[in-house]
Amino acid sequence: MLSLEHITNAVHQWLYGNLSEGWALFAEFVIIGVLAISLFSILGLVLIMMERKVSAYMQVRIGPNRVGKKGMLQTVADTLKLIVKEGLTPDGADKFLFNLAPFVVMVVAMVILAPIAFAKGFQIWDVNIGVLFVTAVSSVSVIGILMAGWASNNKYSLLGAMRSGAQIVSYELSAGLSILCIVVLTGSLRITDIIAAQENGWWLFKGHIPVIIAFVIFLIAVTAETNRAPFDLAEAESELTAGFHTEYSGMKFALFFLAEYVNVFIVCAIGATLFLGGWMPLHIGHWQGFNHVMDYIPSSVWFLGKTFFLIFVIMWFRWTFPRLRIDQLLNLEWKYLLPISMINLLLVTVIAIAGWHF
Amino acid sequence: MFLKQYISDVYQGVKSLLRGMRRTGYYFTHHKEIITQEYPDNRDTLVLAERFRGEVVMPHDENNEHACTGCTACELACPNATIKIVTRFDVTPEGKKKKAIDTFVYHLELCTMCNLCVEACPTSAIKMAPTFEHSVTDRSKLIKKLNRPGSKIREGVE
Repeated sequence: MLSLEHITNAVHQWLYGNLSEGWALFAEFVIIGVLAISLFSILGLVLIMMERKVSAYMQVRIGPNRVGKKGMLQTVADTLKLIVKEGLTPDGADKFLFNLAPFVVMVVAMVILAPIAFAKGFQIWDVNIGVLFVTAVSSVSVIGILMAGWASNNKYSLLGAMRSGAQIVSYELSAGLSILCIVVLTGSLRITDIIAAQENGWWLFKGHIPVIIAFVIFLIAVTAETNRAPFDLAEAESELTAGFHTEYSGMKFALFFLAEYVNVFIVCAIGATLFLGGWMPLHIGHWQGFNHVMDYIPSSVWFLGKTFFLIFVIMWFRWTFPRLRIDQLLNLEWKYLLPISMINLLLVTVIAIAGWHF
Repeated sequence: MFLKQYISDVYQGVKSLLRGMRRTGYYFTHHKEIITQEYPDNRDTLVLAERFRGEVVMPHDENNEHACTGCTACELACPNATIKIVTRFDVTPEGKKKKAIDTFVYHLELCTMCNLCVEACPTSAIKMAPTFEHSVTDRSKLIKKLNRPGSKIREGVE
């Protein structure tokens, strides 16, 4: 059976057989870079289209329906428009930081991609601190946002960036604690170990109610971390025009826009890996026949299916819930999510020590 | 007591959020609820709301008769001088003079579709029509004469 693992192994062996070691490594870097960039651009087109259609149907509208068949080429047309637009830099802006900020946000999103397992044996870097790496690097993206807000020399941008800072710093706590629940149950930070531990059932089903609570808190916290409505205080269209990217135009704006959607994809991929078993097919205990049938579906389909399901849930949040004020936002985190996730972590630890999980 | 309040807050919050998600989920899966009309495509079958206000018209019956007595109540009711009524005096067979309209001038470019003239009319001679494709190439084309040439007031309307 043709699988992504076989293709990568074949490419790896061919490169190392035909080139010297240094050049082979370099060639692999180039291939990975090209794949990552093409994944990003495809994700941008697909996710923005999906967002627009989902929002339209939830608001009893039709949505884009003119460009291409059923409007499916709308995002391509929008991208073309953004490419040919002028990338303006305001006079009063700090030009170096202003132009650097979109790339910082983008590079951070790319770096988090490294430890994610897209399919069985299809992973850029199987690092032994995978989960820690992801949580550590994802907090760097706030630097890009702060940089954009500060360099714009605009009070809306600065306010948006500061809010974004407060929001990401506080919501990272509960996101981290929910991730920690799974780390406690698995006993490893390595992504492959976490996926392997879910071979006889996903953690969401194996870990009783505490893991379900952790999953819900994780979803809320990552929605806040990616600055999406109902936690879009950093953009706050109604108060701050567009928040930290008010002054950006053309392709630099597009990079921020793309980074938002790529971040959504990445946090959903991590959620799928931790709670829904990543590429692991749906296995139930010792039902051998059922497990074999599920194995026939390719692992990449499982991974993408779970990730897109979570993306849909996050979009569902965005188009249903009312926005929060900044004080309500911080109340929710410090008075509700954080105490609940702390007690929850304690419960999960008890479950893990006593071995009550399946 | 405090803890009870806290837990009930969390429960009520989650419950109301789930109710909202159920509603949007219903809309997402039931596309027949969509109220958007794809306008230029469905021009022939377009259905507008009953009380849609597009422009003021004066209905005429098959004998080319209308119900306007020329009382100028609409002209007085209009907040921005959209309506101008030019009256003349007809001589009835008995030799009496009777007031009647000569021209009912309606400035569509000034009209805000506020419906006050229709409400002011004592004989229901004018009404709002559900038309909205009003774009023209010259501003003077927006000044309309509502009474048709040769029309006269219907018998019995005072």
